[in-house]
Amino acid sequence: MKYQDEYRDPAAARKLLQAIRHVTTRPWTIMEICGGQTHTIVRYGIDELLPPEIELVHGPGCPVCVTPLELIDRALEIASQPEVIFCSFGDMLRVPGSGRDLFAVKAAGGDIRVVYSPLDCLKIAEENPHRTVVFFAVGFETTAPANAMAVWQAKRRGITNFAVLVSHVLVPPAMQAILSSPSSRVQGFLAAGHVCAVMGYADYEPLADGFGVPIVVTGFEPLDLLEGVYRCVLMLEQGRAGVENQYARVVRHEGNARAMQLLGEVFEISDRKWRGIGTIPRSGYRLAPEYAGFDAEQRFAVDRLEVAESTVCLSGRILQGLTRPHECPAFGTECTPEHPLGATMVSSEGACAAYYNYGRHRRPETAATDSH
Amino acid sequence: MVATVARKLPPPIRIDETKIMDRPDFSNLSCPAPLAADARVLLGHGSGGKLTADLIAGLFVPGYCSDPAAGLEDQAIVSLARNQAEELHAEEADAGRERSAARVAFTTDSFVVRPLFFPGGDIGRLAINGTVNDLAVGGAVPLCLSAAFILEEGLPMDDLKRIVSSMRQACEEANVRLVTGDTKVVDRGKGDQVFITTSGIGVMPEGRSLSVRNARPGDRVLVSGTVGDHGIAIMSVREGIEFETLLESDTAPLGGLTRAMLAACPTIRWMRDPTRGGLSSTLNELAEGSGIGVRLNEAAIPIRPEVRAACEMLGLDPLYVANEGKLVAVVPTEDASQLLAVMRNHPLGQNAAIIGEIVDDHRGMVIQKSVIGGERVVTLLTGEQLPRIC
Repeated sequence: MKYQDEYRDPAAARKLLQAIRHVTTRPWTIMEICGGQTHTIVRYGIDELLPPEIELVHGPGCPVCVTPLELIDRALEIASQPEVIFCSFGDMLRVPGSGRDLFAVKAAGGDIRVVYSPLDCLKIAEENPHRTVVFFAVGFETTAPANAMAVWQAKRRGITNFAVLVSHVLVPPAMQAILSSPSSRVQGFLAAGHVCAVMGYADYEPLADGFGVPIVVTGFEPLDLLEGVYRCVLMLEQGRAGVENQYARVVRHEGNARAMQLLGEVFEISDRKWRGIGTIPRSGYRLAPEYAGFDAEQRFAVDRLEVAESTVCLSGRILQGLTRPHECPAFGTECTPEHPLGATMVSSEGACAAYYNYGRHRRPETAATDSH
Repeated sequence: MVATVARKLPPPIRIDETKIMDRPDFSNLSCPAPLAADARVLLGHGSGGKLTADLIAGLFVPGYCSDPAAGLEDQAIVSLARNQAEELHAEEADAGRERSAARVAFTTDSFVVRPLFFPGGDIGRLAINGTVNDLAVGGAVPLCLSAAFILEEGLPMDDLKRIVSSMRQACEEANVRLVTGDTKVVDRGKGDQVFITTSGIGVMPEGRSLSVRNARPGDRVLVSGTVGDHGIAIMSVREGIEFETLLESDTAPLGGLTRAMLAACPTIRWMRDPTRGGLSSTLNELAEGSGIGVRLNEAAIPIRPEVRAACEMLGLDPLYVANEGKLVAVVPTEDASQLLAVMRNHPLGQNAAIIGEIVDDHRGMVIQKSVIGGERVVTLLTGEQLPRIC
């Protein structure tokens, strides 16, 4: 397939691996931000092919994983209302709230639908004028423009039976939080290419300079990741900080101006709670005042819910790169994709699910990846 | 109801006042009896009464049977083909054994699919091919099938006719007969248009034994063609995803292909059709059932570009997507290239490929070597495969 096969080419991969081995002289810890990148790394066994000095730790960039529990519980409560048609991206359906998930609500009679685009919700709203269509607007900067577009269009088209439950989070504040943490081991970052396709990468320059770390804007195919690691290791070995763009075929420095303009109109920056991490100042979006009428949290009184997080789950440490999935005592035993204790075990972008689905817990000892 | 509008009304009675009769004439009046030709399935079609009889006589019997009387008994009597029975008995007489009973393969499967009609097939075709294939991959020669329908009140009768005619065509292609059946109708809203359960009987040739336990280290694993076509074709119509080319379901009867394969290569250890759960489920059943390891070569697995593209876009893995006209076979390594040639010669095996091997390590597990050389374990699907967010 065009634009894909050339980024999975075995000969080119071998060359890059050789180049990485050639420049690596000592141990380095690099975090890939995005869950999509974690997925590729584990699916293709990239971490096993890297020299043992290089440790990849998996970042907080899985939208399903960082959506706070109280918001999931609010979603479950709203989705249970008989007048509501609750729309969501597929992998939110299995995320556990305090005791149940959207699948359970669906089985109990809730009208829950998987959509591929938030704009599908507007069509559903127009077809069901006597019901309220609520969209669970989760994700990073990548999904935010399409979600903003749905709200923007609803306002223009006078669709009043549509609301969004917003849980948008932003990457740079999370990176700042990780870098500021005294326990952080991260020495370099692979930034999330698709986030930067929307936002550009000017916001990463103060982080690189301020904390003295290399940040490489990286794509999602195997060769992208290998080249991202190569450039990051090279900067580390040379003692350079700064931002480089590996994903230049998609990402421009200034980002996508029209998308950012729409985001600025529909959303405003707000503090956000991250599941497993805590509240990070100015780390997310909420609807701007002129769009507040589309806020599902205001339409439905769901703010007095009691939430109960699993006491076993280590997803917070995993999302900060402090613990690796299979080091959690519940991994693969109490906590599996069938019965996830935390969100990192749910989405295929979640680090725990990626490890589990690609069978890391079942690998024979001799073939284990972790030589650290 | 559409049928009411179309119904021919009796001519109105004209009263000629100059010729008023002594006695009224009722000969032109008619009683509003139930309509015979319904445009939709009614609850009465499942009542066991007149409408059921009409449905059987008018739709199912002409749709399936060459002998109208055969469809009206409560059971079908099936004879094994004379030559099969005689060959069997002759062999056993030669061997000085008692005449043993013929071995019969028997299977059943239920079919629920939305939409009922999709590119490359429909629920009727699936229902025939699915059961035929379950018999064929076991090495049996499929003979005859039963079909039980659960219909939802209000189903357009034309849809049912299309399904029945498609089943008939599928039976002809698979060289099997549909010999008995049943119909029930449930209230509107209590079913999803049509559910079909088919059961099938096939004859096992003497001495043939395909089993997952036969697999040995060193054996090769083959697949008969591109994987994921059916699941993605269904998903593309369900979700309104369009491709530059029309992607069709691969639903097909595999009996011809399995016969050719077994004739050329009697050493085949095991075969299975990777339907629901896709290739990964079938290979995990192989690894777990036989207690050996399966090693896959990602680069060798045939996948259509449009299926790959759809999977990339939706965040799905083609190894977990359903097939309805493909099979996986395990064969000793020395016979693998011959079997591959036989499969590629058959219309349903043109894209066949050797995709992996049976190994002595990582027992009970399927491990895939990725295109760039890394490895991953191919696990069983957890619940539904859900599309990713981004």
